[in-house]
Amino acid sequence: MPRNVLRKQHPMRPNAYTAFSDSGFTHPVSSEITPQSVYLQRRDWLKQLAAGAAGVSMAAWAGREAMAQGAAPAGARPGKLAPLAGAPSRISGGSVMEKITSYTDASTYNNYYEFGTDKADPAQYAHTLQTKPWTVEVEGLVKKPTRFDLDDLLKLSPMEERIYRLRCVEGWSMVIPWVGYSLAELIKRVEPLGSAKYIEFHTLADPKTMPGVRSRVLDWPYVEGLRLDEAMHPLTLLSFGMYGEVLPNQNGAPVRLVVPWKYGFKSAKSLVKIRFVDKQPVNSWGRSAPQEYGFYSNVNPLVDHPRWSQAAERRIGEDGLFAKKRKTLMLNGYEAQVGQLYAGMDLKKFF
Amino acid sequence: MNLFVRSALRHRSAKPIAWLVGLLPLVWLVWGAAYDALGANPAEYVIRATGDWTLRLLCLTLAITPLRVSLGLPELAKFRRLFGLFTYFYVVLHLLCYSWLDMGFELEDIAHDIAKRPFIWVGFSAFVLLTPLAATSFNAAIRWLGAKRWQHLHKAVYGVAALAVLHFFWMRAGKNNFAEVAVYGGVLAVLLGWRMRRAMGRP
Repeated sequence: MPRNVLRKQHPMRPNAYTAFSDSGFTHPVSSEITPQSVYLQRRDWLKQLAAGAAGVSMAAWAGREAMAQGAAPAGARPGKLAPLAGAPSRISGGSVMEKITSYTDASTYNNYYEFGTDKADPAQYAHTLQTKPWTVEVEGLVKKPTRFDLDDLLKLSPMEERIYRLRCVEGWSMVIPWVGYSLAELIKRVEPLGSAKYIEFHTLADPKTMPGVRSRVLDWPYVEGLRLDEAMHPLTLLSFGMYGEVLPNQNGAPVRLVVPWKYGFKSAKSLVKIRFVDKQPVNSWGRSAPQEYGFYSNVNPLVDHPRWSQAAERRIGEDGLFAKKRKTLMLNGYEAQVGQLYAGMDLKKFF
Repeated sequence: MNLFVRSALRHRSAKPIAWLVGLLPLVWLVWGAAYDALGANPAEYVIRATGDWTLRLLCLTLAITPLRVSLGLPELAKFRRLFGLFTYFYVVLHLLCYSWLDMGFELEDIAHDIAKRPFIWVGFSAFVLLTPLAATSFNAAIRWLGAKRWQHLHKAVYGVAALAVLHFFWMRAGKNNFAEVAVYGGVLAVLLGWRMRRAMGRP
């Protein structure tokens, strides 16, 4: 009875979709951004503390260390890998105007469970990954099933640079300049049949080179899936590189998916098979914990993970230790581009 | 050998050295934070490191008595309180870092987070349970309470240990990654097992 009274006093909360703002580009309130002078002061204060506690000589040594770890200047080859250039993208939402995460952070703080569950594991162990030769099998409900060699894929369409936000389901985010082209280019080549409604993405699972595959964290191989219209959206990227170079192994070399409006785990790494199907695929995290990870897994500040809030995120590399979290944007800020894919859907139900 | 260790433990610099060792993790964290040496997510690093050091110091504190008795090193006794208080020091830092770096001292967010993540509630309970132990660690408190009651109160440390391991276990459950949890759980189980055998009067 008291529950009903409460319901009457408060209007029903509209479903997640109608609660969207329509601009798609909500920026943090300027008063919430820590001014640079303030965080630099905080860092100076910490440095004084460190110098006092650890001795000036140790602090100087640490300073050298920090210089060595700093971000590489623009235009340099930050990972010393083969260059892979892309023309600046001209599609809507293709280049976000936010500070790009340093290459060091983007290539040393990774989730790639095939190489271990700690975020430092992939950078440490992924050197064993063999990316040559590499083939991607495209099969299922298509007119032209094809086995693509990596070189064929690299030549299939002109490379673009796309600067996307990446939001991890764990509550952190980065801004990464990917190199690749819209997955739609590949999809058009193989000519999907009318019955094809979804695409399954299978990734490499090689126990010889991937120590994590011997653990039972997930069922291997790692499988992800998209609805065909999501996969055809121009923002859905087939990526071969980042920061002007080929992908480092720990970021999913030699070819991966990047779906910027979905939580990071939807963007499957090191693809070996792309399969067109008529039923909604079961993705690896959905199989492991169906109440926690839905098929859609769209970034949505209004739909919490059962075990934590998704309303805010920590932007990696932003102001260091004392940075305040930033508010997570609906569909990771790509609502204007992809909102119509979910028109009429209750995103609380289809999380 | 034993005599040498015993005289080293009796040396007047032994305690200051133990103090310095207890402060080293904090020195590393402050220095690493100032010079960006804590990786891509320094807030997460600091929160996890203070939690790790709380668990390590808790193990060390609980190991003092078994080591003292089984190795015949009565001098170790005077280090127990020191490491116990360092355990409390790091759990306070852990809680502060979580409230500040993760939650920005927003009480509403913290309440929401505790409701969402029961493992945080378990960790907080361990901290609350440890607080009266830290508060009654000085000699006068033993006199006020009487040795018997003081000892009874300080048995709560076993509850703290169980809660701390549960907190860590639950946090790691999301990734099914229990190797480290098993190490801490194993060490604490051995230390508690040793006490139970002794309490039951076996050698």
